[in-house]
Amino acid sequence: MVTQDGTAQPDALHRQRSFRVEAVVLRHSDWGEADRLLVLYTLEMGKLRALAKGARKPRSRKAGHLEPYTRVSLQLARGRDIPIVSQAETLDPYLRLREELLLSTYASYVVELLDRFTYEEGENRSIYRLLADTLSRLCTQSSPELAVRYYEIRLLDLLGFRPQLFQCSSCGAEIQPQDQFFSAALGGVLCPQCGRDTAGALPVSMPALKYLRHFQRSSFSEAARVTLSAGINREMEALMQHYLTYLLERGLNTPAFLRRVRRIDQDEPPIAN
Amino acid sequence: MLLPEPIQDLINAFSRLPGIGPKTASRLTFYLLRAQDELSLDLAEALKNIKSGTSYCQTCYNITTSGRVECEICASPERDKSLVCVVEEPLHVLALERTGSYPGVYHVLHGALSPIEGIGPEDLRIRELVERVRSGSVKELILATNPSMEGDYTAAYLHQQLLPYGVRLTRLARGLPVGGDMEYADQSTLLRALFGRQEMS
Ligand SMILES: [Zn+2]
Ligand SMILES: [Zn+2]
Repeated sequence: MVTQDGTAQPDALHRQRSFRVEAVVLRHSDWGEADRLLVLYTLEMGKLRALAKGARKPRSRKAGHLEPYTRVSLQLARGRDIPIVSQAETLDPYLRLREELLLSTYASYVVELLDRFTYEEGENRSIYRLLADTLSRLCTQSSPELAVRYYEIRLLDLLGFRPQLFQCSSCGAEIQPQDQFFSAALGGVLCPQCGRDTAGALPVSMPALKYLRHFQRSSFSEAARVTLSAGINREMEALMQHYLTYLLERGLNTPAFLRRVRRIDQDEPPIAN
Repeated sequence: MLLPEPIQDLINAFSRLPGIGPKTASRLTFYLLRAQDELSLDLAEALKNIKSGTSYCQTCYNITTSGRVECEICASPERDKSLVCVVEEPLHVLALERTGSYPGVYHVLHGALSPIEGIGPEDLRIRELVERVRSGSVKELILATNPSMEGDYTAAYLHQQLLPYGVRLTRLARGLPVGGDMEYADQSTLLRALFGRQEMS
């Protein structure tokens, strides 16, 4: 009954009948009468789909452990087509992410980015840790914006799309401390001379560029010492979303929700993309 | 073996239903083929009427018989119109009605918000709910969306939208299932059960 897209399963799946993984639940969808199909990002195998049988029944022992944005320890059994969840235990419920609208929307954005950029292609522990750390930072840090901006720039790094922020992506000249341009197509900043002649290049202010560079080179605890002003945060967000959307070749669903939720929250004017 | 087209058509149609795979679809199709004509005809009639014979209640957006402006619940003088229970699906109205002890009326959203899937307020009956609250007759809204990520998100969104209108907003209590076992409860459920504990009287 399961239609598969033919992606190869990790080797471990073929060797063992049952195995344990640590995972963050990215998404779920209804499957059959009472089951749920889960999309997981696991520590041991990267992105993975699994079936949770009976998870939609109110008395299911597993359902509460398998909600999106929960970090869980799972026992999986080899199924006919995809692994089946035999046991589930919550490691971190990230409770604030399900109770606060803005945090919940940021978590959706974090998860959507990861889901759209990754495939079932095996283990990537750095990506897993970045995801788990970011969800945890959203729950504990005073500035969710800072946690999300840091996540964007580190995720690009881990995916192999690290933007060039120190030299002009066109002529190679070292970037001077002044306002510059950014080209998604060239994957980095442009000096003012090149920027003016490049179609689709966005202006980027020196302060925004300074923070992007800082985040690209720093640990989170170093990055978290700065205070992002609302204006700089909006500029960085617009720039990152422009670049991410260019790389994905398709719009993201969650930014519209972020704009909507913030508008009611802080009476902010809508941010143009 | 190549199946005759009418058979393949019905198998394909069944396969598009939730929870029905190609095997079940074939089984149902061949069952109908062998069964008395009456069964297929009754089924065909019922399928034809399901759309033409129903419409949405213009107050609560539950499914009602076509031609009616309001459903039986909204039209009933017995029900308290100032108490509105907000649910995701018409089936959830049925579930609550089976308890036999809810005195108010309903509002059916027809789904839940999902930022990742891109299901936004404009895809649900949220504008209609805000309108209903704005008109002033509602005193309390019970947010009875599913206790899932999407249901919680929808409730949080409605809370934010409706707070300015000064209406009382409540959320269905979440806790341990009847007949359940503490040992298997997840942390979210346990924490909520703990915070939502009640005085024993
Ligand atoms: Zn240049
Ligand atoms: Zn009605």
